[in-house]
Amino acid sequence: MERGEAKSKKAGGPPRLCCICNERRPVLKRPKTLQQICRECFYEVFEEEIHQAIVNNGLFKSGERVAIGASGGKDSTVLAYVLSELNRRYSYGLDLFLLSIDEGITGYRDDSLETVKRNELQYGLPLQILSYKDLYGWTMDDIVKMIGLKNNCTFCGVFRRQALDRGAALLKVDKLVTGHNADDIAETVLLNILRGDIARLSRCTSITTGEDGPIPRCKPFKYTYEKEIVIYPFCCFKSSLDYFSTECIYSPNAYRGFAREFIKDLERLRPRAILDIIKSGEDFRIATTTKMPEQGTCERCGYISSQKWCKACVLLDGLNRGLPKMGIGRARGGGVNGGDHKKETKAGSTVKTLESKQCGSLDF
Amino acid sequence: MACNSSGCESGGCYGREKENGCKVVDVKETVRLCVKCKSNEPMTFGDGGSDDGRFCAECFRSNVYGKFRLAVTSHAMITPSDNVLVAFSGRSSSRVALQFVHELQVKALKNYEASRDRSLPVFGVGVAFVDESAAYPSLSGGMSDAIAWVRSTVLSLSPPEKDLHVVPIESVFGSDSVEARDRLVKLLDSVSDETGKEDLLLHLKMLSLQKVASENGYNRLVVGSCTSRLASHVLTATVKGRGYSLSADIQHVDARWKVPIVLPLRDCVWQEITRLCHLDGLKTVELARHPQSGINDLVSSFVALLQEENPSRECTIVRTAAKLTPFYFNKIPETDDSCVPMATQRRLKKFNLKYDGSMTTEAFCPICNGPLNGSDSSEDESDALYDACCSSCRFQILPQEPSSLDHFGSLLPHHMISQVKHHQKFDSQTYLREKIKDCLLLDDEEAV
Repeated sequence: MERGEAKSKKAGGPPRLCCICNERRPVLKRPKTLQQICRECFYEVFEEEIHQAIVNNGLFKSGERVAIGASGGKDSTVLAYVLSELNRRYSYGLDLFLLSIDEGITGYRDDSLETVKRNELQYGLPLQILSYKDLYGWTMDDIVKMIGLKNNCTFCGVFRRQALDRGAALLKVDKLVTGHNADDIAETVLLNILRGDIARLSRCTSITTGEDGPIPRCKPFKYTYEKEIVIYPFCCFKSSLDYFSTECIYSPNAYRGFAREFIKDLERLRPRAILDIIKSGEDFRIATTTKMPEQGTCERCGYISSQKWCKACVLLDGLNRGLPKMGIGRARGGGVNGGDHKKETKAGSTVKTLESKQCGSLDF
Repeated sequence: MACNSSGCESGGCYGREKENGCKVVDVKETVRLCVKCKSNEPMTFGDGGSDDGRFCAECFRSNVYGKFRLAVTSHAMITPSDNVLVAFSGRSSSRVALQFVHELQVKALKNYEASRDRSLPVFGVGVAFVDESAAYPSLSGGMSDAIAWVRSTVLSLSPPEKDLHVVPIESVFGSDSVEARDRLVKLLDSVSDETGKEDLLLHLKMLSLQKVASENGYNRLVVGSCTSRLASHVLTATVKGRGYSLSADIQHVDARWKVPIVLPLRDCVWQEITRLCHLDGLKTVELARHPQSGINDLVSSFVALLQEENPSRECTIVRTAAKLTPFYFNKIPETDDSCVPMATQRRLKKFNLKYDGSMTTEAFCPICNGPLNGSDSSEDESDALYDACCSSCRFQILPQEPSSLDHFGSLLPHHMISQVKHHQKFDSQTYLREKIKDCLLLDDEEAV
């Protein structure tokens, strides 16, 4: 953190000029640093920090085809906008695409997909949509009807991960970018600590995952605060970017909610704590031997997997056989927390923490 | 023998088999037995916690004491020639630690008196109570009563006798109590972050304990931190960016200090400790806490919430953190101590319970004594104190204005600031050369 960071407690009264340019009137307090800042400086520093994250971490190479995981929500919409803007401004030389997954959630996903279709036109980025119905034969609505509101996030997360990889293969892209922001990653670090998943803990703070696989994924928003992603469109356009801003209708029971509430409270006390959690995650002393499970392919569909069948196939099999608890919770004989297996795998953290591993091909 | 009764719990009917034979019994009339010894009636503490009504008083107690004893022996925490100082706050956890250490000592004394050759001496035990009223003026009202109570408690725990050291926290600044208090207040006032202030006090508390321990010839400091306390620490360390040094803080042994710290209650949960106090009638004193409004308090509330949702969450958190790689100093250091009985020395060597004390490869933050990660080094080389500190202390304890750093440094106790000078002079080339100079055949200038 910069040492000149303004602490609101110390300020005698609001300074009359923006901290950065010292010319214009400040219109907001920057969530990350609490600096009093004007509109222009905000969107400049917002975009600049993302550009630095991209450049310092070598996320892209010129000429690469890159798919943006686009849900129609604020993170991916802002990502699509900023990435295409930076691509143009700094000549990254990227071929950008929008990739959207339709989980089949009525009243939520069907609306947000309309947003993505509009984004396709607004940003001029080609769009590909894949649906759970086509890929797996089940929509999330069907799944929830069968299993209720516990563990549904596990199904959705596992299916979406594979769907994105398949979509990326169809588009023949070199990389996938997702809109995971600093808040998301901090939540994931906490969740992995709470749930005892040391292997995931060691991987979840990486800005790029799956480099040794066919479709590496990166998170350019790794150091970007969720609040700032919300503010950005107002600073840029004096209005909201066109995005869909409702919570998934099935999400209230996710275990991740605990971590999210805590982080919100923490941010109020000390904004930089979000980045500090990520820093801790990067610094944890985890022996390299604990990191990687055995890499292989799924016998049923050919997707990468550390077990005989990939998680998606296991879950699908369970659904098709009317045994929805299959694949939920720890395997027998390995349980550590007595009696509480079901709660362990609730949240969709699998999407964010498993990395693409080396595999043959994605011919399913 | 399987029992048909629907109200019969596992083990519930065993004791009655021979007397009555198995019969269908109404749920209310079933006599429940301890699941361990299967002979006594289980204790119910009625505190809504897990495992309530499963163990009898004796088995419960022996479970908890067993964990303590296992920790002590498997980590060589206390050996016959040691002189152990127990940090005692008067609250439940340290009360149990003190009680257990006392019982261990009593047993050792009994063995000593019964043995013919008296080869194994009995380890010594002292007690230290830190008086924080200079930092938290609200405590001063009840402090003299609390100290009197501590004194009588320690007196009751003899034989063997134990010295009590009442340590004012300002003693880190020296023995002149007025000047020391003044310096403490000035230092605390210059820290603007609430959490930083609380943490700085914790570091000063540890410094004062270290001071009294080394000045009075103790070679071990027993701290009563339990699983629950450590679970909170795991999360507070994470949210403060202290992920690198976390594994150093949560092991059974922490030997980066002059007097190594041992945590014999590390594997016991808060609930067990409070239940034990209740069971054994161990009195505790609860000094009115200064209201905490910072991150530490937020994390405690969060952990309490998680515990409600799942009572084994604290254990999972600590178990996760235990999978992090500890440091070389998380073992009792090797010393050329001829007082250590041969049998003990052999045992320690056999189980690799010690480390070579000359292996200092880490640099430490002068304020929190946390091992420094390479990425913590600052680009700005202008201030020695700033450079020497970890990023967490830089943010929450050091003043933000560079011009105030010098003044702040002058407010720190001598022990902390002397670490800075040491760090400043740290030159790895020279350091390594020092280590190998015995082997060098050539003069310094001609050597590689």
